[in-house]
Amino acid sequence: MIANAVITQAVALAEKRAQKRGSGVYAGRATVLIERGLYAAKSSNWLVILSGFVEPVLYLMAFGFGIGQLIGDMQDGNGNPVSYAAYIAPALLATSAMNGAIYDATWNVFFKMHFGKIYQVMLSSSLGPLDVALGEIAWALLRGLTYSLGFMAIVVPLGLVTNWWGILAIPAATLIAFAFASLGMAVTSYMKNFQQMNWINFFLLPMFLFSGTFFPVSVYPEWIQMIVKALPLWQGVDLVRSLMLGVLDIGVLWHVLYFVVLIVGGLWFTTTRLRALFMR
Amino acid sequence: MDNREVVIRARGLKKTYKDFAAVDGVDFDVYRGEAFGLLGPNGAGKSTTMKMISSVSQRTDGELTILGKEPNTQGPEIRAHLGVVPQKDLLDRELKVWENLFTYGRYFGLSRKWLKTKVDELLEFAQLTEKRNSKADDLSGGMQRRLAIARGLVNEPEILLLDEPTTGLDPQARHILWDRLFRLKEQGVTLVITTHYMDEAEQLCDRLIVMDKGKIMAEGSPASLIKEYSSKEVVEVRFGTDKNESAAKQLEGLGDRIEVLPDRILLYTEKGEELLAKIVDSGLNPITSLVRRSSLEDVFLRLTGRTLVD
Amino acid sequence: MDTQKAIRFGALRVAEYRFYSMSKWMTAVIAFGLGNPILYLVSVGLGIGALVDANTGGGGVLGVPYLQFVAPALLATAAIQGVMDEVTFPTMDGFVWDKLFFAINATSVSSRQIADGVMITALGRGLFTTLMYLGVLLGFGAIPLSSALPLLFSSMLAAWGWSAVMLAVTARLENDEGYFAIIGRFVVAPMFLFSGTFYPLEQMPIFLQPLGWISPLWHATQLGRFLAYGMPIETWLVVVHFAYLALMGVIGMRFVYPKFAERLSR
Repeated sequence: MIANAVITQAVALAEKRAQKRGSGVYAGRATVLIERGLYAAKSSNWLVILSGFVEPVLYLMAFGFGIGQLIGDMQDGNGNPVSYAAYIAPALLATSAMNGAIYDATWNVFFKMHFGKIYQVMLSSSLGPLDVALGEIAWALLRGLTYSLGFMAIVVPLGLVTNWWGILAIPAATLIAFAFASLGMAVTSYMKNFQQMNWINFFLLPMFLFSGTFFPVSVYPEWIQMIVKALPLWQGVDLVRSLMLGVLDIGVLWHVLYFVVLIVGGLWFTTTRLRALFMR
Repeated sequence: MDNREVVIRARGLKKTYKDFAAVDGVDFDVYRGEAFGLLGPNGAGKSTTMKMISSVSQRTDGELTILGKEPNTQGPEIRAHLGVVPQKDLLDRELKVWENLFTYGRYFGLSRKWLKTKVDELLEFAQLTEKRNSKADDLSGGMQRRLAIARGLVNEPEILLLDEPTTGLDPQARHILWDRLFRLKEQGVTLVITTHYMDEAEQLCDRLIVMDKGKIMAEGSPASLIKEYSSKEVVEVRFGTDKNESAAKQLEGLGDRIEVLPDRILLYTEKGEELLAKIVDSGLNPITSLVRRSSLEDVFLRLTGRTLVD
Repeated sequence: MDTQKAIRFGALRVAEYRFYSMSKWMTAVIAFGLGNPILYLVSVGLGIGALVDANTGGGGVLGVPYLQFVAPALLATAAIQGVMDEVTFPTMDGFVWDKLFFAINATSVSSRQIADGVMITALGRGLFTTLMYLGVLLGFGAIPLSSALPLLFSSMLAAWGWSAVMLAVTARLENDEGYFAIIGRFVVAPMFLFSGTFYPLEQMPIFLQPLGWISPLWHATQLGRFLAYGMPIETWLVVVHFAYLALMGVIGMRFVYPKFAERLSR
């Protein structure tokens, strides 16, 4: 079957690519990792995947409707009253996008890197490190996007999205998930053991609680506000909230730029790191 | 024999991690269609050499060409020609058996349609057809290794790299594996194998190099190495742990070479039975005695020493 | 060494070993055991509290400021979470991951002593973080000093009761596939959110209220509010709350022992 060293498909593909720039790091096949993800997901525990979607819904019910009764109405950016549930729903949507993306991009990546060593195997094929980085990040992003779509399907019928700009919350969630996946995988690639991994969770919780999710950041002193506003979740919460409440100005573009920078930076770090780890 | 095509060529090949030279200037050629062995104790530099050949690790110095290509710049093209079977299999535990082969083929960009038939063919070859829908994790050690080999073949490589292919397998599984590797060789695949099992090297390899501390100690076919570094036969005698030393003094001059180990004495000779008769005639009564053919293990231990390497 | 004595106090040997392996994680134990509840205290107690108190015009919830309203619930949560973590993860480790319980059982330590040892360690850790958290709550003026001891007791009782049940559940598992994610998100998170923790249980629609009634956290929280600032509860209900938590513990452990014995004798 192999005897005469025929030029196989794999070789032909690799050689066609060889002339192009960056062929050493990118083979143009990041999508095969998504394919792998689908096969793996097919036989994994669906309840686990579903559980990530349920969490923000629980928070919406408990905080939005439970605590909402104690709080009464909030104000949107223009000073109009909105219900507390409508105030936190965008924040929870951004959080959904973050959680879904982060889960795959951190713990799952960590396991694949250190226990399954599947990146090592991938890189022994003609894939390059950028294929692996981009593919894994895209896979994580898909999960984040799925969760946010699921969350949208709940909040829209509840009347928590009041205007048509709200549709843009979906691409916004994609952007947020992409950035968190990219950042998460970059950070994970530097982690050596479980203890270090736990610190990721340790930082996620305060970010979730203090990024203007449940109450406006204006309650903080100026310098704390600066720190919070530098965090990616606040950027996401503010972006989605502007869209879902229809309070828009040119400032939202800064959020978009912020996420683009995160995405590119994360990809770059991850690719470099994969090379350093598996192609020394 | 040298008019055969060279598929891997290394000259002065070097790999240094910080100030430790894992591979310290080695020269060798691998010819198309042969089975080439890298032997050596742990830490000899075999795996590092393999990583450089598989074009995932950049060399520090020296020359290395694989199929006439330069691994530092043409990594993906070279890897498209290679099959890699890593030491610990590294199967994708989240996937089923057939999915492991299929997705790995997809990493090379092979079409789904082509892979469908290829996967069936490889499952047949690896005797895993019945296990196609099992999870990779649920296979026995021998099956996992065969799956790893099948995976390495999915892109129809010209060169298959096997790192310790039978470590940890039981005898039955080893023999099945050897048989499969022979078939590949018959089909013209070049095999590069690292091992520290001497019987495996004798069974499989046409030619091999013995490495130690990053350098090549010897090179040749198993038979020629035995001829050069050992004798035809070996006589092993035991006199008891505390008596070996004194007995060895009386055996001085018998055989081509004598080696005293804590538990036994080895005498290298062309004619073992004759030598053993001489020992008994001289009035020495060994507790046990054994005459055997010299093996690659004798060569290996002579070249790399008997000290334990961790 | 006195063999008889060693055999009799096997549970303490197990606990000693567990404490030792935990000591290597001390920073993480404190950070998570204390960090998370403090974060909730600041964000919910103070942040959301400001919104609530502004809205209720200083009337607070059930007659007290919001911070004081949530404090007993947060304390019970911290205790429950701390103890539960220390029974579930080591038990999974002992039976499934490293199978360490089998090695311990190969010595003179019995299965029952292993279970007890795990529980003792967990309660020890829980007590440690709960005490520290109690200090934090006192510092914030969220609870009166006189209520500290009774609150500690009610919280630890709830932690023990719930952890006994979780220990029984974990001991039955043959593999860890998604277990922690599922328990965390389908059991612990709803318990945390729907036990009258952040708002009175009566505010929930009546069909959701049974969620609170079966939740140990609700019972602990109600007891805590009664003990901390004398929230009016009928005496028989106080007895019910205590009894419910104690019963959870007793029944949980009754399932734990035979399961440990069965698994270790396989």
